[in-house]
Amino acid sequence: MKLGLKIAGRFLSSNISQTILIILGIAIGVSVQIFIGSLIQGLQKGLVEKTIGNSSQITVSSNQDERYISEYDKLISDIAETDENITKISPVLDNQAFLLYDDKNQSLIIRGFDIDKPESMADGIYDISNRIVEGRMPKGDNEILLGIDLKKEYGLEVGEEVDIFRTEARKIFKSTVVGFFDLKVSSLNTNWAITTLSNAQKFFELDDVITSVEMQVNEDAIFITDEISVNIANVIGDEEYKIINWKEQNESLLSGLQGQSISSYMIQVFVIISVVISIASILAITVLQKSKQIGILKAMGIRNSTTSYIFLFEGLILGFFGALMGILFGLGLSFAFTKFALNADGTPVVDLYISYSFIALSGLIAVVASVLAALMPAIRSSKLNAIDIIRNN
Amino acid sequence: MNKILELKNVNKIYGTDIKTQVLYDINLSFDEGSFNSIIGQSGSGKSTLLNIIGTLDTATSGDVLIDGNNIKDMSANQLSDYRNKTIGFVFQFHYLLPEFTALENVLMPYNIQKKPVTKEVLEKAKERLRLVGLEKVMNNPSTKMSGGQQQRTAIARALMNDPKMILADEPTGNLDSDSTETIYDLLRDINIKYKTTFIVITHDRRIAEKADRIIEIKDGKINLDITK
Repeated sequence: MKLGLKIAGRFLSSNISQTILIILGIAIGVSVQIFIGSLIQGLQKGLVEKTIGNSSQITVSSNQDERYISEYDKLISDIAETDENITKISPVLDNQAFLLYDDKNQSLIIRGFDIDKPESMADGIYDISNRIVEGRMPKGDNEILLGIDLKKEYGLEVGEEVDIFRTEARKIFKSTVVGFFDLKVSSLNTNWAITTLSNAQKFFELDDVITSVEMQVNEDAIFITDEISVNIANVIGDEEYKIINWKEQNESLLSGLQGQSISSYMIQVFVIISVVISIASILAITVLQKSKQIGILKAMGIRNSTTSYIFLFEGLILGFFGALMGILFGLGLSFAFTKFALNADGTPVVDLYISYSFIALSGLIAVVASVLAALMPAIRSSKLNAIDIIRNN
Repeated sequence: MNKILELKNVNKIYGTDIKTQVLYDINLSFDEGSFNSIIGQSGSGKSTLLNIIGTLDTATSGDVLIDGNNIKDMSANQLSDYRNKTIGFVFQFHYLLPEFTALENVLMPYNIQKKPVTKEVLEKAKERLRLVGLEKVMNNPSTKMSGGQQQRTAIARALMNDPKMILADEPTGNLDSDSTETIYDLLRDINIKYKTTFIVITHDRRIAEKADRIIEIKDGKINLDITK
């Protein structure tokens, strides 16, 4: 083995320009793989993050005629215990109403979150506090938070008192606008009115009830929300409750992501194939180049297995340095991309997702592929016959 | 004297469809420590004979016994080890590894045994190079030496593992007459100093006459076998 390594190293270093060329070839393959992989993964993460990062990923609501859920504390603790991937869980009371302003009216969904309570996780799900562009969070009685689009449309101001019309009771109640939010989705910015859970209950003259429980899961579990939903259903029962997860609601996004993943895998597979073929063909030529040396080594009594090791080690060395250089190139390329491919506001077009395990895997695949590519030349060299070389000189 | 090598009814036929017989029922034996020369015209089968003796080629029929061991009964790995320890080759072309220096080339037969290179071993390799008069250029890459130096390096290499037998196929075929003389004197010295058995193919009758024994091969048969 050691002798094989020594001879392999010497064979490679004696023809350094050819060696560098092969290493460069592998490096380019690896760097393309890392770059494409990071790009696609970044693209997907960004898309998922933008789409569902600040919304409910699993929603539990009543399945009965009575849409209000009372004694929700037990329900929430039951759900929270079913799966450790559930990171944020919050009760919500939703109701329809109309905003009356001057002679215009605008339909609203009054969303009551328990944002006034210290244990609240609603802010974690919607990131409301960071989305407030003007004013503050609703705290006291009759305080509501409206979308930024309403401010633009109706010229509302912070501190203004507005009339809200309850259609089902045909009653008007007054509330004070304490701020405006921007959730980056126009329909939410015009339709949502956020308030505390207790306010929402008061507006609609309800007891301590909610309409749904909303939750988010761990980042790694984002694609198994359907499985988590089944677990929740098993605990709380699916007769009383309806459980919806984001995957059911976003099928087109999911199929888009899947298409992206498949195309990324295709690119990566072809990159690997081209790397393997190039190493194999170059090493095959090396066997021919070095056949005289192999022949004399065999005459001197080197074993067939050792000559195989020479070429396997050549593959290993080329693969190792190729992978190393490829990782550096790939990271450099990715870095350059985030620095130079920018939106008008200076943010990168795509936030790359640099996963160390993915990079390590790409490197490992290149090394393994290189050794595999060296297998054929290795077998050929072990079958080389000393006498053929000496006789044909 | 001990017989180091015996050939019994060795035949060699090349080809499967069109068969060409190169050697016909060769029976030969060689004494340990002897200096033998094989002469004959091109195509007479002398190189084939040497390659069969060196276990690089196999006889179509017949037996080759080295030190009483029939090489037919050996596995590929046993043959490799055997060649490494017992036989030193010197070919018409030096076949040095161009990627290595002269000293590294000389050490190669030892390296093949996968044993650590100790100070003594290194000294031994240098001693072999000194013997062939190359101690000054031993760290040169083998490609940066003259033809005569390369061939002498190849001889030093053949001596590295103290083989019992050195097989040389026209070792001076590519050299001028002065170098030829030097190389033969060197081989003879080694033969006397280390009691190494030599079997040397040559087409030069003057050289052949310096040997203890001359064997002439003609059309695959022994035509002449003179021991002085």
